[in-house]
Amino acid sequence: MNTLFDKIWDSHVVEELPGGMHVLYIDRHYIHEVTSPQAFEYLHKRGAVVFRRRKITAIPDHNVPTVNQHLPVADNESRAQLEALARYCNQYHIPIYPVGSHRNGIVHVVGPEQGLSRPGNTIVCGDSHTSTHGALGCVAFGIGTSEVEMVLASQCILQPKPRVMSLRVEGTLPEGVCSKDLILHVIARLGTNAGTGHFIQFDGSTIRALSIEARMTVCNMSIEMGARGGMITPDRRTVDYLAHRPLLPRGIDIERWLELRDDDNARFDASFTLRAEEIEPMITYGTNPATGIPINGRVPLDADKQMLAYTGFEAGEPIAGKQIDHVFLGSCTNGRIEDIRAFANIVKGKKRHPRVTAWIVPGSKRVARQAVKEGLHRVLADAGFALRQPGCSACLAMNDDKVPPGHYCVSTSNRNFEGRQGPGSRTLLAGPAVAAAAAITGQITDPRTL
Amino acid sequence: MKEKFITLLSTVVPLPFENIDTDRIIPARFLKTITRGGLGQHLFADWMPNGLPLNHGSILVTGPNFGCGSSREHAAWAILDAGFRAIISTSFADIFRVNALNNGLLTIQASPAFVEKIFAATREDSYIFANIDLASRTVIFQGQRESFDISPYKQQCLLNGLDDIDYLLSIRKKIRQYEKRKP
Repeated sequence: MNTLFDKIWDSHVVEELPGGMHVLYIDRHYIHEVTSPQAFEYLHKRGAVVFRRRKITAIPDHNVPTVNQHLPVADNESRAQLEALARYCNQYHIPIYPVGSHRNGIVHVVGPEQGLSRPGNTIVCGDSHTSTHGALGCVAFGIGTSEVEMVLASQCILQPKPRVMSLRVEGTLPEGVCSKDLILHVIARLGTNAGTGHFIQFDGSTIRALSIEARMTVCNMSIEMGARGGMITPDRRTVDYLAHRPLLPRGIDIERWLELRDDDNARFDASFTLRAEEIEPMITYGTNPATGIPINGRVPLDADKQMLAYTGFEAGEPIAGKQIDHVFLGSCTNGRIEDIRAFANIVKGKKRHPRVTAWIVPGSKRVARQAVKEGLHRVLADAGFALRQPGCSACLAMNDDKVPPGHYCVSTSNRNFEGRQGPGSRTLLAGPAVAAAAAITGQITDPRTL
Repeated sequence: MKEKFITLLSTVVPLPFENIDTDRIIPARFLKTITRGGLGQHLFADWMPNGLPLNHGSILVTGPNFGCGSSREHAAWAILDAGFRAIISTSFADIFRVNALNNGLLTIQASPAFVEKIFAATREDSYIFANIDLASRTVIFQGQRESFDISPYKQQCLLNGLDDIDYLLSIRKKIRQYEKRKP
């Protein structure tokens, strides 16, 4: 009895090689400026050409400034990467949504919101957070540059089929707890490599009750537990979310997506079930995403000493009340309109703490437009926050949005590795509400107390 | 054609840490190149600014979940450019392992006892060898023979210096046929 993952994967296998390697056909290939120019270069050296240009969409996002996008990019290396991507797209007639265009943004925000990522698809991109698209019921995962070259050359990659894990969350999330808290809780429970070798199918009443955007946050971070990707069976919400999206082909039968589901008694290689009632607003204290603790909790007594030496916390102390310097709202994890709404909802009528530098970075132009339409930019401005222009920004700090050494940043992004937000930066992962509360008080604060 | 990987006799370089992530291997600010070369100088740039404590040899030995995090193939390129040809660990992150193998960097998943033996030995003597034989899928360290798994396909790719793209280009007709029958 097959899982939905099995069905999608198996129907895309062009050929199976001895030893379990599959030639997997790819429906949608997203490319960006950091991991694809090197693939084009090798393709060119090999004398090969792009095989299916219409199945590729180029969206520069990693390296882009989040202010003054109408000006040339000041950083020479960043500009060279952006220009290389544009040049290759021009050469091979690949559709590109350049910086400043109305469809630009973070590739994992743009793909779903434009209707390019669809249930039943196989989707790859040279970025590990490609798992985000799985929220729409597709098999989506990150690949390396050699594989980007494979897809450019043949629209296929060679991969062994991953095992499939069922991860169910049942029950009702407590008031003030969001899907970021849910996934940080899951990763803290299961660990950074619980998903290695697996693809995760999320399910259960809690997952079903989440909006599509909230589901994207969950699938986005499945890679942080080592999984190849995460996905959620399409339902009515999925169909409603995708209906009328700008790049959905005319006449496509969207109701058919509801037929995509597991067989009865589908067999999973591993299964976990967690309860929603146990989940609280979360924040991380360490340097991997599995170090999440409840915001009213204490740093564990057995916490890794090297980790604590880096983050400057002490084992056993409460995390709430710790002073912070920066707040980052954005990224493919939490840069969508619901995240900006959640942040604005907390800061409305209050003032940003004067010590706190805050970067509010919408995930796409479309998200930014929607925020303005809803007047959220005014709510933010009144509280002392400015809406920046879209991009990956301080999630990986390839542009100028860097956290200085030693500074604490409450960040809605996905990784708190050493130096992730700039050399010596200390990242505390959390959801939009916790980030907003910290921006107001200047310290780690339970948003439910504001 | 890539360089073939058949056997490797080299000193081991121990790195006894868990969860060495790709940001540690190569921080994002060094990803701004448009070619693959020259990244070895940035290997572990922020984590070990003065370089590895022991840095002679082509076999890196690490703790579990090596290469977790980003899909950046720059991590594999930097390790290769710094002179390594193989990594022995108890476990690797999936994307990193694929990236490494696609570049002829052999990843060897060994038992915790075997890896611990190497760590213990290098604490005593910093200049000791391991011997890898890809054809028989074995690594020998101080007389102890450890077998490792690798897909037969990838094993042939490495032994012959071929890569996946050579193969995929050879079956484009089949791919076109698949596109015609695709649901």
